[in-house]
Amino acid sequence: MPAPANPDPRAARQEISVWDRVAQMDDFKKLLAARKAFVIPATIFFVVYYFALPISVGYFPAFMQRKIWGPVNIAYLFALSQFLVAWLIAYLYVRAARRFDAYGETVSKDLEHIVAKGN
Amino acid sequence: MTTTLVLFLAFIAITLGITAWAAKRSGSTASYFAANRRISAWQNGVAVAGDYMSAASFLGIAGLIAFFGYDGFMYSVGWLVAYLTVLLIVAEPLRNAGKYTMADVLAYRLHPRPVRAMASLSTITVSTFYMIAQMVGAGALVALLLKGSGISFTTAVVGVGLLMIVYVVFGGMIATTWVQIIKAILLITGTILLSFLVMAHFGFSFGAFFSAVTQVHYHLPDGTEVVKDFLTPGLRYKPPYGALDLISLGMALIFGTAGLPHILVRFYTVPDAKTARFSVVWAMVLIGGFYIMTTFLGFGAATIVGRDYIAKNGGNNMSAPLLANALGGSIFFAFISAIAFATILAVVAGLTITASTSFAHDVWTNIIRHGQEHNPGEERRVARIAAFVVGAISIAIAIVLGPTANVAFLVALAFAVAASANLPVILFSIFWRRFNTTGAVMGLAAGLLASIVLIFIGPSIMTVDSPNVAPAARHMIQHAPIFPLENPGMLSIPIGFIGAILGTLLSKPDLAGEEKFVELQVRANTGLGAEKAVAH
Repeated sequence: MPAPANPDPRAARQEISVWDRVAQMDDFKKLLAARKAFVIPATIFFVVYYFALPISVGYFPAFMQRKIWGPVNIAYLFALSQFLVAWLIAYLYVRAARRFDAYGETVSKDLEHIVAKGN
Repeated sequence: MTTTLVLFLAFIAITLGITAWAAKRSGSTASYFAANRRISAWQNGVAVAGDYMSAASFLGIAGLIAFFGYDGFMYSVGWLVAYLTVLLIVAEPLRNAGKYTMADVLAYRLHPRPVRAMASLSTITVSTFYMIAQMVGAGALVALLLKGSGISFTTAVVGVGLLMIVYVVFGGMIATTWVQIIKAILLITGTILLSFLVMAHFGFSFGAFFSAVTQVHYHLPDGTEVVKDFLTPGLRYKPPYGALDLISLGMALIFGTAGLPHILVRFYTVPDAKTARFSVVWAMVLIGGFYIMTTFLGFGAATIVGRDYIAKNGGNNMSAPLLANALGGSIFFAFISAIAFATILAVVAGLTITASTSFAHDVWTNIIRHGQEHNPGEERRVARIAAFVVGAISIAIAIVLGPTANVAFLVALAFAVAASANLPVILFSIFWRRFNTTGAVMGLAAGLLASIVLIFIGPSIMTVDSPNVAPAARHMIQHAPIFPLENPGMLSIPIGFIGAILGTLLSKPDLAGEEKFVELQVRANTGLGAEKAVAH
């Protein structure tokens, strides 16, 4: 169940301050930084790698039609490689996400600590 | 023919059984809209894959590859890579910060009513367009698959429509999810079998297979025979605009998938963000495997059945079933046909529940009722009525359009709207502190409008047909297209982003909203305060 909307404005203010506190925690900042450090380069890489395919197919057809493995040409192998690259990035992300989860757990524990202390 | 019918009926019986079982478990709002958030990672992964691998992919892609070779395969590539956007950027924050719909995340720190109204309009537009495309396809296909049994297009559309309404109205998200899971497993099984038979046909030699693919024989409409290398790009996307159209298609797929409402709602059915993450990985394994196998289906149909034969026997959508017939006889044809039928039913059910949930949760409860149900269970009741209405409207439109209507552009439109309207606003809500309500409304409106207008003045609607095209299959406006690309993404996606940015910068900063941005950021990244799974 969601936390019910609290009609007491003081309680609401207190709740906002909890979010602010979490936002100030070192572990939360590390979590955001770790996420950025993986997600931004990975996204740029897969977007560039993906659009390289339609761009090279569209604008360099002669090169892409070169046969390099029996009857199979570069265009087809490049397309197949997209699947492997997508799976690889997904695997790397899942591995990196273990660290995000660990930071997230520390944040929750720190928060429980604060709430238990009642301040 | 009777085998096909028996298999169809068997699938209907099983899914109705599931619906009856699910109906007993759909007694609460969270169970009806989000399957109690107790779906596991692999189950949700299979369901996401199932929602995605529509009849358009199974029959459509196989057909495109059978007719145009490599260019058809380009769709397959984009459809998998698109899931990286879902995995890296959207799935986890959405699960952490939302409840039932995409709009939950968008409305979180903005003024909820205008944002929800636009987000819901976009969701319902995407879902119904997508659904009408599937229904017209479904009707034509079912009539074709059951040819000789006396089932007409209209009967088929009404039948499919009624079944999907029953699943959604009585079984809610639990039934919809399990129908999707069963269908996805059937679809993968059928595709593996078919690919195996294709390779067996070539003596399990990739060399022989690809050699055949480089020499595909068929006849042009004027009767001349041609031999084409189907591994060569450019059979469909030709100069002068082919390359741009391919890039534009890629943009719509890569950025649109993460904005497809019927995919996004799936992440509310799992217990937490971590499960959502693993479910995307499961989906990527299945979707990737499936789309690689579309090579065998499409190239197999091109080489073993032949383009000429397929064109005379139902057109490119029949490529996969006809391939099954050629390789495994009528029993296998019946099996593959039943899978296609299951696929259609499951996907339209997924779309119906998405549209009706958005209406009930966003429009009714949050806009009309200001966020509070007046009577317990009201939201669910409204959703059931909405499902019925959405279903009835789709049935009516599909029947009016008729079996030969040219509706493929509706799928392109759905992806374009998802990429141009939904994704910019989702991204800015999660990542841009300054983003405000005006920006969200402007972004959604600009993306939605740009997609619709560009499709309308593009070659899908405006084309001069040659005189021998059947009246119902003719393009709506017999005029040279004003916008040259079939896929508007290349222009409409920047318009959506610019709309959201300008709307934000030209209006006053929303200080309360920026304060809540911190809260959203914490919730989205940690899962603190996220909706929990419902205990037994």
